[in-house]
Amino acid sequence: MNLAGPFQDKPGVRIEALSLQRGSRRLFDDLSFTAPPGAYVELRGANGAGKTTLLRAIAGYMQPRQGRIVFENTDEPALSLHYLGHLNGLKGAASVRAHVRYWAGLLGGAAMLTDEVLEDVGLTRQAELPARVLSQGQGRRLALARLLIAPRPIWLLDEPAAALDADARRMLGQFVEAHCEAGGVALAAVHEPLGPTPAQSISLGAV
Amino acid sequence: MNAFIATFMRDFALLWAGGGGALAPLGFFLGATVLVPLAMGPDRALLAAAGPPLVWIAAALAVLATLERLFQADLEDGSLDQLLLSQSPLELIVLAKGAALWCAIGLPLALAGAPAAIALQASPEQIGVIVASLGLGMAAFIGVGLVGAAVSAGVKRGGVLIALIVLPFFAPPIIFGSAVAAGEDVGAALAILAGCALGASALGPLAAAAALRLQAE
Repeated sequence: MNLAGPFQDKPGVRIEALSLQRGSRRLFDDLSFTAPPGAYVELRGANGAGKTTLLRAIAGYMQPRQGRIVFENTDEPALSLHYLGHLNGLKGAASVRAHVRYWAGLLGGAAMLTDEVLEDVGLTRQAELPARVLSQGQGRRLALARLLIAPRPIWLLDEPAAALDADARRMLGQFVEAHCEAGGVALAAVHEPLGPTPAQSISLGAV
Repeated sequence: MNAFIATFMRDFALLWAGGGGALAPLGFFLGATVLVPLAMGPDRALLAAAGPPLVWIAAALAVLATLERLFQADLEDGSLDQLLLSQSPLELIVLAKGAALWCAIGLPLALAGAPAAIALQASPEQIGVIVASLGLGMAAFIGVGLVGAAVSAGVKRGGVLIALIVLPFFAPPIIFGSAVAAGEDVGAALAILAGCALGASALGPLAAAAALRLQAE
Protein backbone atom coordinates (compact mmCIF):
# COMPACT_ATOMS: atom_id res chain seq x y z
CA MET A 1 0.00 0.00 0.00
CA ASN A 2 1.23 3.38 -0.86
CA LEU A 3 -0.93 5.71 1.13
CA ALA A 4 0.58 8.83 2.54
CA GLY A 5 1.37 8.72 6.19
CA PRO A 6 -0.99 10.02 8.84
CA PHE A 7 -2.52 13.38 8.12
CA GLN A 8 -1.06 15.20 11.08
CA ASP A 9 -3.18 18.31 10.95
CA LYS A 10 -6.42 16.36 11.40
CA PRO A 11 -8.58 17.96 8.75
CA GLY A 12 -12.35 17.68 8.92
CA VAL A 13 -15.40 18.91 7.07
CA ARG A 14 -18.43 20.50 8.69
CA ILE A 15 -21.65 21.21 6.82
CA GLU A 16 -23.83 23.85 8.44
CA ALA A 17 -27.48 24.35 7.50
CA LEU A 18 -26.71 23.88 3.84
CA SER A 19 -29.35 24.35 1.15
CA LEU A 20 -28.57 23.48 -2.42
CA GLN A 21 -30.40 23.77 -5.68
CA ARG A 22 -29.71 22.57 -9.15
CA GLY A 23 -30.99 25.10 -11.65
CA SER A 24 -34.30 26.24 -10.19
CA ARG A 25 -34.99 22.93 -8.44
CA ARG A 26 -34.40 22.76 -4.70
CA LEU A 27 -32.52 19.62 -3.75
CA PHE A 28 -32.46 19.81 0.03
CA ASP A 29 -32.71 22.36 2.81
CA ASP A 30 -30.93 22.74 6.09
CA LEU A 31 -28.48 19.87 5.85
CA SER A 32 -25.96 19.71 8.68
CA PHE A 33 -23.38 17.10 9.52
CA THR A 34 -19.76 16.83 10.55
CA ALA A 35 -17.13 14.56 9.10
CA PRO A 36 -14.39 14.47 11.76
CA PRO A 37 -10.82 13.37 11.00
CA GLY A 38 -10.64 9.69 10.16
CA ALA A 39 -14.34 9.39 9.33
CA TYR A 40 -15.80 7.62 6.37
CA VAL A 41 -19.20 9.19 5.62
CA GLU A 42 -21.66 7.59 3.28
CA LEU A 43 -24.09 9.74 1.27
CA ARG A 44 -27.20 7.93 0.19
CA GLY A 45 -30.24 8.97 -1.73
CA ALA A 46 -32.28 8.23 -4.80
CA ASN A 47 -31.13 9.36 -8.26
CA GLY A 48 -31.47 13.12 -8.41
CA ALA A 49 -31.45 13.56 -4.63
CA GLY A 50 -28.43 15.87 -4.84
CA LYS A 51 -25.47 13.67 -3.92
CA THR A 52 -23.32 14.86 -6.80
CA THR A 53 -24.32 18.49 -6.25
CA LEU A 54 -23.41 18.24 -2.58
CA LEU A 55 -20.00 16.76 -3.36
CA ARG A 56 -19.34 19.39 -6.02
CA ALA A 57 -20.32 22.13 -3.59
CA ILE A 58 -17.91 20.75 -1.00
CA ALA A 59 -15.21 20.59 -3.67
CA GLY A 60 -15.78 24.31 -4.23
CA TYR A 61 -17.01 24.04 -7.81
CA MET A 62 -20.21 25.86 -6.92
CA GLN A 63 -21.21 28.30 -4.24
CA PRO A 64 -24.10 27.31 -1.95
CA ARG A 65 -26.96 29.79 -1.77
CA GLN A 66 -27.47 29.20 1.94
CA GLY A 67 -25.49 27.56 4.65
CA ARG A 68 -21.78 27.02 5.04
CA ILE A 69 -19.16 24.43 4.26
CA VAL A 70 -16.37 24.66 6.79
CA PHE A 71 -13.01 22.96 6.48
CA GLU A 72 -11.30 22.41 9.80
CA ASN A 73 -7.53 22.61 10.05
CA THR A 74 -6.94 23.26 6.37
CA ASP A 75 -5.95 26.61 4.95
CA GLU A 76 -6.52 25.86 1.30
CA PRO A 77 -9.45 23.47 0.83
CA ALA A 78 -8.82 23.10 -2.90
CA LEU A 79 -5.32 21.81 -2.16
CA SER A 80 -6.40 19.30 0.46
CA LEU A 81 -9.15 17.49 -1.37
CA HIS A 82 -9.58 14.97 -4.12
CA TYR A 83 -12.72 14.91 -6.23
CA LEU A 84 -13.53 11.69 -8.04
CA GLY A 85 -16.59 12.40 -10.16
CA HIS A 86 -18.53 10.43 -12.75
CA LEU A 87 -15.99 11.51 -15.35
CA ASN A 88 -12.57 9.99 -15.01
CA GLY A 89 -10.67 12.91 -16.52
CA LEU A 90 -8.66 10.78 -18.96
CA LYS A 91 -7.17 11.75 -22.31
CA GLY A 92 -7.41 8.96 -24.87
CA ALA A 93 -4.06 9.68 -26.50
CA ALA A 94 -1.99 9.74 -23.29
CA SER A 95 -0.63 6.53 -21.77
CA VAL A 96 -1.71 5.17 -18.40
CA ARG A 97 1.69 5.97 -16.93
CA ALA A 98 1.65 9.51 -18.39
CA HIS A 99 -1.65 10.15 -16.62
CA VAL A 100 -0.30 9.21 -13.22
CA ARG A 101 2.89 11.21 -13.71
CA TYR A 102 0.86 14.22 -14.83
CA TRP A 103 -1.39 14.04 -11.77
CA ALA A 104 1.65 13.82 -9.54
CA GLY A 105 2.79 17.16 -10.98
CA LEU A 106 -0.62 18.79 -11.12
CA LEU A 107 -1.95 17.75 -7.73
CA GLY A 108 1.28 17.47 -5.79
CA GLY A 109 2.73 14.00 -5.46
CA ALA A 110 5.91 12.06 -6.10
CA ALA A 111 6.11 10.98 -9.74
CA MET A 112 8.67 8.35 -8.79
CA LEU A 113 5.93 6.40 -7.00
CA THR A 114 4.07 5.95 -10.30
CA ASP A 115 4.94 2.27 -10.68
CA GLU A 116 3.88 1.43 -7.13
CA VAL A 117 0.57 3.22 -7.56
CA LEU A 118 -0.09 1.43 -10.85
CA GLU A 119 0.56 -1.85 -9.10
CA ASP A 120 -1.84 -0.89 -6.30
CA VAL A 121 -4.66 -0.25 -8.75
CA GLY A 122 -3.77 -3.29 -10.86
CA LEU A 123 -2.76 -1.53 -14.06
CA THR A 124 0.91 -2.49 -14.24
CA ARG A 125 0.42 -4.51 -17.43
CA GLN A 126 -1.49 -1.64 -19.06
CA ALA A 127 1.05 1.05 -18.07
CA GLU A 128 2.16 1.87 -21.62
CA LEU A 129 -1.25 1.61 -23.26
CA PRO A 130 -3.08 4.75 -24.35
CA ALA A 131 -6.09 5.45 -22.16
CA ARG A 132 -8.52 5.13 -25.05
CA VAL A 133 -8.09 1.34 -25.19
CA LEU A 134 -8.93 0.89 -21.49
CA SER A 135 -12.27 -0.62 -20.53
CA GLN A 136 -14.68 1.38 -18.38
CA GLY A 137 -13.53 -0.42 -15.27
CA GLN A 138 -9.85 -0.01 -16.09
CA GLY A 139 -10.45 3.69 -16.69
CA ARG A 140 -12.02 3.90 -13.26
CA ARG A 141 -9.03 2.11 -11.74
CA LEU A 142 -6.78 4.67 -13.37
CA ALA A 143 -8.87 7.49 -11.92
CA LEU A 144 -8.44 5.88 -8.48
CA ALA A 145 -4.68 6.10 -8.98
CA ARG A 146 -5.11 9.86 -8.62
CA LEU A 147 -6.15 9.39 -4.99
CA LEU A 148 -2.98 7.46 -4.26
CA ILE A 149 -0.33 9.40 -6.18
CA ALA A 150 -1.13 12.74 -4.54
CA PRO A 151 -1.72 12.39 -0.81
CA ARG A 152 -4.59 14.66 0.16
CA PRO A 153 -6.62 14.37 3.34
CA ILE A 154 -10.18 14.83 2.07
CA TRP A 155 -11.62 12.44 -0.50
CA LEU A 156 -14.89 13.27 -2.23
CA LEU A 157 -16.00 10.19 -4.12
CA ASP A 158 -19.02 10.17 -6.39
CA GLU A 159 -20.14 6.58 -6.91
CA PRO A 160 -16.52 5.47 -6.87
CA ALA A 161 -17.35 1.81 -7.48
CA ALA A 162 -19.12 2.45 -10.78
CA ALA A 163 -17.92 0.00 -13.45
CA LEU A 164 -15.49 -1.71 -11.06
CA ASP A 165 -15.34 -5.51 -10.83
CA ALA A 166 -15.48 -7.40 -7.52
CA ASP A 167 -11.69 -7.34 -7.04
CA ALA A 168 -11.46 -3.65 -7.71
CA ARG A 169 -14.36 -2.92 -5.35
CA ARG A 170 -12.55 -4.76 -2.58
CA MET A 171 -9.39 -2.82 -3.45
CA LEU A 172 -11.29 0.49 -3.32
CA GLY A 173 -12.73 -0.47 0.08
CA GLN A 174 -9.20 -1.07 1.33
CA PHE A 175 -8.00 2.27 -0.01
CA VAL A 176 -10.80 4.10 1.80
CA GLU A 177 -10.19 2.14 5.00
CA ALA A 178 -6.46 2.84 4.95
CA HIS A 179 -7.09 6.50 4.15
CA CYS A 180 -9.39 6.92 7.13
CA GLU A 181 -7.02 5.00 9.43
CA ALA A 182 -4.34 7.50 8.45
CA GLY A 183 -6.60 10.29 9.66
CA GLY A 184 -8.11 11.29 6.33
CA VAL A 185 -11.76 11.98 5.63
CA ALA A 186 -13.74 10.19 2.93
CA LEU A 187 -17.19 11.26 1.76
CA ALA A 188 -18.69 8.89 -0.75
CA ALA A 189 -21.99 8.94 -2.59
CA VAL A 190 -22.91 5.27 -2.90
CA HIS A 191 -25.81 3.00 -3.76
CA GLU A 192 -24.14 -0.20 -2.52
CA PRO A 193 -21.97 -0.38 0.62
CA LEU A 194 -18.35 0.30 -0.23
CA GLY A 195 -16.78 -2.07 2.27
CA PRO A 196 -15.62 -0.14 5.32
CA THR A 197 -18.24 0.54 7.96
CA PRO A 198 -19.33 4.15 7.63
CA ALA A 199 -19.01 6.38 10.66
CA GLN A 200 -22.29 7.87 9.57
CA SER A 201 -24.70 7.55 6.75
CA ILE A 202 -26.40 10.69 5.46
CA SER A 203 -29.67 10.25 3.63
CA LEU A 204 -30.50 12.89 1.09
CA GLY A 205 -34.16 12.98 0.21
CA ALA A 206 -35.83 15.12 -2.40
CA VAL A 207 -37.62 18.07 -0.78
CA MET B 1 5.60 25.38 -10.50
CA ASN B 2 5.47 21.60 -10.87
CA ALA B 3 1.87 21.88 -11.95
CA PHE B 4 2.83 24.44 -14.61
CA ILE B 5 5.51 22.19 -16.06
CA ALA B 6 3.34 19.07 -15.86
CA THR B 7 0.48 20.82 -17.66
CA PHE B 8 2.78 22.26 -20.30
CA MET B 9 4.41 18.89 -21.03
CA ARG B 10 1.10 17.07 -21.16
CA ASP B 11 -0.62 19.55 -23.42
CA PHE B 12 2.37 19.75 -25.73
CA ALA B 13 2.52 15.96 -25.97
CA LEU B 14 -1.23 15.70 -26.56
CA LEU B 15 -1.12 18.30 -29.33
CA TRP B 16 1.45 16.25 -31.21
CA ALA B 17 0.16 12.81 -30.22
CA GLY B 18 -1.08 10.65 -33.05
CA GLY B 19 -0.63 13.37 -35.65
CA GLY B 20 -3.50 15.15 -33.91
CA GLY B 21 -4.15 18.77 -33.09
CA ALA B 22 -0.94 20.42 -34.24
CA LEU B 23 -0.69 19.23 -37.82
CA ALA B 24 -4.11 20.32 -39.02
CA PRO B 25 -3.65 24.10 -38.51
CA LEU B 26 -0.14 23.89 -39.92
CA GLY B 27 -1.44 22.12 -43.01
CA PHE B 28 -4.24 24.63 -43.35
CA PHE B 29 -1.85 27.55 -43.15
CA LEU B 30 0.61 26.12 -45.67
CA GLY B 31 -2.15 24.98 -47.97
CA ALA B 32 -3.93 28.31 -47.96
CA THR B 33 -0.83 30.43 -48.50
CA VAL B 34 0.66 28.20 -51.19
CA LEU B 35 -2.61 28.00 -53.10
CA VAL B 36 -2.95 31.78 -53.31
CA PRO B 37 -0.26 32.30 -55.99
CA LEU B 38 -1.76 29.45 -58.00
CA ALA B 39 -5.17 31.08 -57.87
CA MET B 40 -4.00 34.65 -58.51
CA GLY B 41 -1.63 33.96 -61.35
CA PRO B 42 2.01 34.85 -61.74
CA ASP B 43 1.70 38.65 -61.55
CA ARG B 44 4.55 39.50 -59.15
CA ALA B 45 3.35 42.99 -58.27
CA LEU B 46 -0.14 41.78 -57.45
CA LEU B 47 1.17 38.94 -55.29
CA ALA B 48 3.61 41.14 -53.43
CA ALA B 49 0.77 43.51 -52.56
CA ALA B 50 -1.83 40.91 -51.65
CA GLY B 51 0.55 38.40 -50.06
CA PRO B 52 1.33 39.87 -46.62
CA PRO B 53 -2.32 40.35 -45.58
CA LEU B 54 -3.12 36.85 -46.81
CA VAL B 55 -0.36 35.30 -44.67
CA TRP B 56 -1.82 36.96 -41.61
CA ILE B 57 -5.41 36.05 -42.36
CA ALA B 58 -4.42 32.42 -42.93
CA ALA B 59 -2.48 32.42 -39.64
CA ALA B 60 -5.39 33.91 -37.70
CA LEU B 61 -7.87 31.40 -39.13
CA ALA B 62 -5.48 28.50 -38.46
CA VAL B 63 -5.30 29.47 -34.77
CA LEU B 64 -9.05 29.99 -34.60
CA ALA B 65 -9.61 26.40 -35.73
CA THR B 66 -7.64 25.01 -32.78
CA LEU B 67 -9.46 26.98 -30.10
CA GLU B 68 -12.84 25.27 -30.02
CA ARG B 69 -11.65 22.06 -28.38
CA LEU B 70 -9.01 23.66 -26.17
CA PHE B 71 -11.07 23.75 -22.97
CA GLN B 72 -14.20 22.00 -24.22
CA ALA B 73 -12.41 18.65 -24.18
CA ASP B 74 -11.28 19.27 -20.59
CA LEU B 75 -14.80 20.15 -19.56
CA GLU B 76 -16.32 17.09 -21.19
CA ASP B 77 -13.89 14.49 -19.88
CA GLY B 78 -13.67 15.82 -16.33
CA SER B 79 -10.10 17.12 -16.57
CA LEU B 80 -11.26 20.65 -15.76
CA ASP B 81 -12.38 19.52 -12.29
CA GLN B 82 -8.83 18.37 -11.64
CA LEU B 83 -7.29 21.59 -12.98
CA LEU B 84 -9.32 23.47 -10.38
CA LEU B 85 -7.77 21.38 -7.60
CA SER B 86 -4.25 21.97 -8.85
CA GLN B 87 -1.39 23.08 -6.66
CA SER B 88 -0.94 26.18 -8.79
CA PRO B 89 -3.55 28.86 -9.40
CA LEU B 90 -5.79 28.15 -12.38
CA GLU B 91 -4.42 31.28 -14.08
CA LEU B 92 -0.97 29.69 -14.17
CA ILE B 93 -2.38 26.40 -15.48
CA VAL B 94 -4.16 28.27 -18.28
CA LEU B 95 -0.92 30.10 -19.06
CA ALA B 96 0.80 26.70 -19.29
CA LYS B 97 -1.83 25.49 -21.74
CA GLY B 98 -1.41 28.65 -23.80
CA ALA B 99 2.37 28.27 -23.78
CA ALA B 100 2.05 24.66 -24.92
CA LEU B 101 -0.27 25.76 -27.71
CA TRP B 102 2.24 28.41 -28.79
CA CYS B 103 5.12 25.93 -28.83
CA ALA B 104 3.15 23.17 -30.55
CA ILE B 105 1.26 25.30 -33.08
CA GLY B 106 2.32 28.95 -32.92
CA LEU B 107 6.04 28.36 -33.39
CA PRO B 108 5.78 25.82 -36.25
CA LEU B 109 3.25 28.10 -37.92
CA ALA B 110 5.56 31.11 -37.62
CA LEU B 111 8.37 29.05 -39.17
CA ALA B 112 6.00 27.93 -41.91
CA GLY B 113 5.63 31.64 -42.61
CA ALA B 114 9.02 31.46 -44.38
CA PRO B 115 7.94 29.21 -47.28
CA ALA B 116 4.60 31.03 -47.36
CA ALA B 117 6.35 34.39 -47.71
CA ILE B 118 8.56 33.00 -50.48
CA ALA B 119 5.52 31.69 -52.34
CA LEU B 120 4.03 35.16 -52.07
CA GLN B 121 7.06 36.92 -53.55
CA ALA B 122 8.46 38.45 -50.37
CA SER B 123 12.08 39.55 -50.73
CA PRO B 124 14.61 37.25 -49.01
CA GLU B 125 15.73 39.86 -46.47
CA GLN B 126 12.14 40.28 -45.30
CA ILE B 127 11.66 36.62 -44.40
CA GLY B 128 13.36 36.75 -41.01
CA VAL B 129 11.25 39.70 -39.93
CA ILE B 130 8.08 38.05 -41.15
CA VAL B 131 8.80 34.88 -39.16
CA ALA B 132 9.55 36.90 -36.02
CA SER B 133 6.40 38.97 -36.42
CA LEU B 134 4.31 35.84 -36.94
CA GLY B 135 5.75 34.37 -33.73
CA LEU B 136 4.69 37.46 -31.80
CA GLY B 137 1.34 37.57 -33.54
CA MET B 138 0.68 33.93 -32.63
CA ALA B 139 1.27 34.74 -28.97
CA ALA B 140 -1.24 37.58 -29.21
CA PHE B 141 -3.78 35.39 -31.03
CA ILE B 142 -3.42 32.59 -28.49
CA GLY B 143 -3.63 34.93 -25.47
CA VAL B 144 -6.91 36.36 -26.75
CA GLY B 145 -8.03 32.96 -27.98
CA LEU B 146 -7.75 31.46 -24.49
CA VAL B 147 -10.53 33.78 -23.35
CA GLY B 148 -12.81 32.90 -26.24
CA ALA B 149 -12.13 29.19 -25.77
CA ALA B 150 -12.85 29.40 -22.04
CA VAL B 151 -16.06 31.39 -22.41
CA SER B 152 -17.49 29.02 -25.02
CA ALA B 153 -16.19 25.75 -23.49
CA GLY B 154 -19.68 24.71 -22.44
CA VAL B 155 -21.30 25.55 -25.76
CA LYS B 156 -21.81 22.77 -28.27
CA ARG B 157 -20.31 23.79 -31.61
CA GLY B 158 -19.04 26.97 -30.01
CA GLY B 159 -16.74 27.75 -32.93
CA VAL B 160 -18.93 30.57 -34.19
CA LEU B 161 -19.15 32.06 -30.70
CA ILE B 162 -15.37 31.93 -30.34
CA ALA B 163 -14.95 33.67 -33.70
CA LEU B 164 -17.34 36.44 -32.65
CA ILE B 165 -15.57 36.97 -29.33
CA VAL B 166 -12.04 36.71 -30.59
CA LEU B 167 -11.87 38.14 -34.10
CA PRO B 168 -12.27 41.81 -33.09
CA PHE B 169 -9.23 41.39 -30.84
CA PHE B 170 -7.30 39.77 -33.67
CA ALA B 171 -7.49 43.07 -35.56
CA PRO B 172 -4.49 44.90 -33.99
CA PRO B 173 -1.96 42.09 -34.53
CA ILE B 174 -3.26 41.60 -38.07
CA ILE B 175 -2.92 45.29 -38.88
CA PHE B 176 0.59 45.64 -37.52
CA GLY B 177 1.66 42.20 -38.68
CA SER B 178 0.65 43.02 -42.22
CA ALA B 179 2.58 46.28 -41.92
CA VAL B 180 5.69 44.31 -40.98
CA ALA B 181 5.17 41.89 -43.85
CA ALA B 182 4.68 44.75 -46.28
CA GLY B 183 7.90 46.34 -45.08
CA GLU B 184 6.35 49.55 -43.74
CA ASP B 185 7.96 51.00 -40.63
CA VAL B 186 9.08 47.56 -39.46
CA GLY B 187 10.67 48.52 -36.13
CA ALA B 188 7.65 50.34 -34.77
CA ALA B 189 5.21 47.71 -35.99
CA LEU B 190 7.28 44.94 -34.38
CA ALA B 191 7.32 46.84 -31.09
CA ILE B 192 3.56 47.22 -31.16
CA LEU B 193 3.17 43.53 -32.01
CA ALA B 194 5.37 42.62 -29.07
CA GLY B 195 3.15 44.80 -26.90
CA CYS B 196 0.04 43.01 -28.17
CA ALA B 197 1.68 39.64 -27.49
CA LEU B 198 2.73 40.52 -23.94
CA GLY B 199 -0.59 42.14 -23.09
CA ALA B 200 -2.63 39.25 -24.44
CA SER B 201 -0.53 36.57 -22.75
CA ALA B 202 -0.67 38.42 -19.43
CA LEU B 203 -4.38 39.29 -19.41
CA GLY B 204 -5.75 36.35 -21.41
CA PRO B 205 -5.06 33.69 -18.76
CA LEU B 206 -6.64 35.85 -16.03
CA ALA B 207 -9.88 36.28 -17.93
CA ALA B 208 -9.90 32.70 -19.18
CA ALA B 209 -9.43 31.30 -15.67
CA ALA B 210 -12.36 33.36 -14.40
CA ALA B 211 -14.54 32.01 -17.19
CA LEU B 212 -13.43 28.43 -16.53
CA ARG B 213 -14.36 28.67 -12.85
CA LEU B 214 -17.90 29.45 -13.95
CA GLN B 215 -17.89 26.57 -16.42
CA ALA B 216 -17.22 24.06 -13.65
CA GLU B 217 -20.45 24.92 -11.86
